[in-house]
Amino acid sequence: MTSFFVNGKPVQVDVDPSTPLLWVLRDSLEMTGTKFGCGMALCGACTVHLDGKAIRSCVTPLSRAEGKHVTTIEGLSASLTHPLQRAWIELDVPQCGYCQSGQIMSAAVLLAENPKPTDKDIDEAMGGNICRCGTYPRIRRAIHRAAELAGEGRTR
Amino acid sequence: MSASAVVGRREFIRTGAAIGGGLLVSLHVPLAGRTSDALAAEGKDFALNAFVRIGTDESVTVISAHSEMGQGIYTSLPMLLNEELQADWSKIRVEAAPVDKVYNHPVFGIQITGGSTTSPAEWDRYRKMGAIARTMLVEAAARQWNVEASSCHVDKGVVIHGATDRRATYGSLANAAAQLTVPADVPLKDAKAFTLIGKPTRRLDTPSKTNGSAQFGLDVSVPGMFTAVVARPPVFGGKVAKFDASKALKVPGVKAVEEVPSGVAVIAERFWPAKLGRDKLTVEWDLGPNAALSTQQMLRDFTEMAKNPGAIAKKTGDPVAALKTAAKTITAEYDVPYLAHAMMEPLNCVVDLRADSCEIWTGTQFQTVDRANAAKVAGLPPEKVQIHTTLLGGGFGRRANPASDFVVEAVHVAKAAKAPVKLVWTREDDLKGGWYRPMWHDRFVAGLDASGNPVLWTHTIVGQSIMQGTSFESFGIKDGIDVASVEGAADMIYDIPNLQVDLHSPKIGVPVQWWRSVGHSHTGFSVEAFLDEVAHAGGKDPYELRRSLLAKQPRMRAVLELAAQKANWGSKLPAGVGRGIATHFSFDSYVAQVVEASVEKNGEVRVRRVVCAVDCGTVINPDTVKAQMEGGIIFGLTAALKNEITLKDGKVEQNNFHDYQMLRIFESPEIEVHIVPSTANPTGVGEPGVPPAAPALANAIFAVTGKRIRRLPIRASDLA
Repeated sequence: MTSFFVNGKPVQVDVDPSTPLLWVLRDSLEMTGTKFGCGMALCGACTVHLDGKAIRSCVTPLSRAEGKHVTTIEGLSASLTHPLQRAWIELDVPQCGYCQSGQIMSAAVLLAENPKPTDKDIDEAMGGNICRCGTYPRIRRAIHRAAELAGEGRTR
Repeated sequence: MSASAVVGRREFIRTGAAIGGGLLVSLHVPLAGRTSDALAAEGKDFALNAFVRIGTDESVTVISAHSEMGQGIYTSLPMLLNEELQADWSKIRVEAAPVDKVYNHPVFGIQITGGSTTSPAEWDRYRKMGAIARTMLVEAAARQWNVEASSCHVDKGVVIHGATDRRATYGSLANAAAQLTVPADVPLKDAKAFTLIGKPTRRLDTPSKTNGSAQFGLDVSVPGMFTAVVARPPVFGGKVAKFDASKALKVPGVKAVEEVPSGVAVIAERFWPAKLGRDKLTVEWDLGPNAALSTQQMLRDFTEMAKNPGAIAKKTGDPVAALKTAAKTITAEYDVPYLAHAMMEPLNCVVDLRADSCEIWTGTQFQTVDRANAAKVAGLPPEKVQIHTTLLGGGFGRRANPASDFVVEAVHVAKAAKAPVKLVWTREDDLKGGWYRPMWHDRFVAGLDASGNPVLWTHTIVGQSIMQGTSFESFGIKDGIDVASVEGAADMIYDIPNLQVDLHSPKIGVPVQWWRSVGHSHTGFSVEAFLDEVAHAGGKDPYELRRSLLAKQPRMRAVLELAAQKANWGSKLPAGVGRGIATHFSFDSYVAQVVEASVEKNGEVRVRRVVCAVDCGTVINPDTVKAQMEGGIIFGLTAALKNEITLKDGKVEQNNFHDYQMLRIFESPEIEVHIVPSTANPTGVGEPGVPPAAPALANAIFAVTGKRIRRLPIRASDLA
């Protein structure tokens, strides 16, 4: 039995602790916002936060989550009020949308650590997230926009 | 292919009360030779095939006959419908249509999303459906108030009689409207009166794609469902000789291991045990006739074949005579590889097969074909098979498979499992699974006159036919020529008096399929890169030569000029940066792109900026057009710089995103998109952005290095 927190709520899961966290989230906890893209930490579609750090859940065994806090796209803000979600909606970033949970979760860690990222900072933080539809120019603009929105929130 | 459409004469528009109250507008296709009235007289039930449903709760649901795979159709179709309906846009919701011939593509006659045709084909139908609903709602209000319908107007879902200051919402009128007869004639708005079409409109599906709630096929779960993965032969056309499942069956959670026609299925409680079970499986394969296939050998074979002309696809003037009199001739050969679609969401399909029904949940572009193919395997009539179309995590053509490979396989697995099953393909399964963009070899000869103008152009194409052997053969193959093999070449837009395009279509055991922009994905590259060679051979500026060859093509010429102007064609660039230009006409749209690129000492290419101009007729959602051009450019650049599927000893050599790489954000250029205003009918948007990207890049590389790129992907070793 592995005990950890998902989006602030305690959960207990009785599966093999070597199971990748991705499949625990998707198949055992039925939280399907986190996506399967490659299974080898190559595409970033499965990105979630483990104690505030962006990790690729497809290669992270469940055992690593024991006692820790996992944040998924569902926990970012269901009401769409997170600055990244607002910016994503304002600039209509997604096309097919499949990679966007991972993109947003990677961007969330970037902004938490670096409230005013440069293009270069964005390139470095987002380089592990593939978007086959080619929404990169908009992702870049939306991260800058989210930084602005978050800044407004802080000064208010 | 052209796709303008109107509601056909044999289709009768019907309305009626929606289940649970409200109005729906549907289109009924009567059986051959019988009118809808005749059917009504027989007391037959009409399926409630609504395009729009208006609820008494003021909800407005637009039913999309086409799949949303990123191209924005779940917003564009509601825009068309609501331009006429004039409901409150914030109340609009979208639902995927079930499979029914009423939702057939107005031109293709099957339910399909592809060929960049949705907006062109639905341009009239969705507006008409909105107009019918509005007319009936107004009529219902007019009758209640005992006034003339013509004295009422509507505003955001409210019918208003100004003279008496009376108002009624669509929801409150829906039930009464459903009792009315359908108006015989519903005039559509003049384009000048559009309030929604042509205005940048936020996508309706974006919120769900930013909080994890959007449902893709892989996210579907049904009660009692197992998850399966299939071990497939390492060579196309291989078969299971024998297998040993004993170790796989010991993996906790694995329920069964069953042979299916495509391989061996491991059926488990969840994905992870299924995958572990497959890892433990021992399968002996009968590799079949393709075990020696090698793309290296194919390259040599194709090159040899191209030395002789193939079947004639297009001939104008007298190319043989022109060759003799040309002042100068140049020859070049181009090669592009097999390509996988590599949608971010790997293929998957959920099947619940019962004795008398089959329910399928999947992201598909090809509902009619999938239903027919699934029905055959299920042993049921097609009407007993229903497909619930989810959002597609990318399609690019792969989810319109003529054999319905991933759907058929899932039905086989469900049959073997005797329980509902979700079939999941891993990334490796997806990349190795075939149905690639064909590998192509193109050989060109051009003849120039004394002033350097091209007067002769011959183009020999070698590559597999996509449509051969499919049910689309009669539609797509004319006189031995697969139109998709020569599109963008046989219909080349430049005016060259002596032209020949011919085709060799070797039969090879690698399954091939349409891949975003189909034939244009290779002819766009080869034609535009070779034209650049022709320009330089004749001492012409590549932009000016194109401009002069487009004298009879005013729309393309305008697009070319706009791209060149916005990119400051001819202006000085920083040292080490080159500029290339290309145009391409595809899916009835005109696109030109200018690429600025540099090449590092180690041969690494950096794409710095892309300027794109497009004329796609009337624009429905300008932001969607821009997004599709941006995405198309990145898709084209990815193929140019990264992608190649190769075979050795019959086996695909690529595995996952480490050896089949995608362009990433740090490699992604700045992109500008400029739209040429037009009042012509809408034309394709999803694909036309792809073809010009690779040649514009290749031409930019030539401008900065003097080296010609004649094979894709571009290798650093070719440029170092």
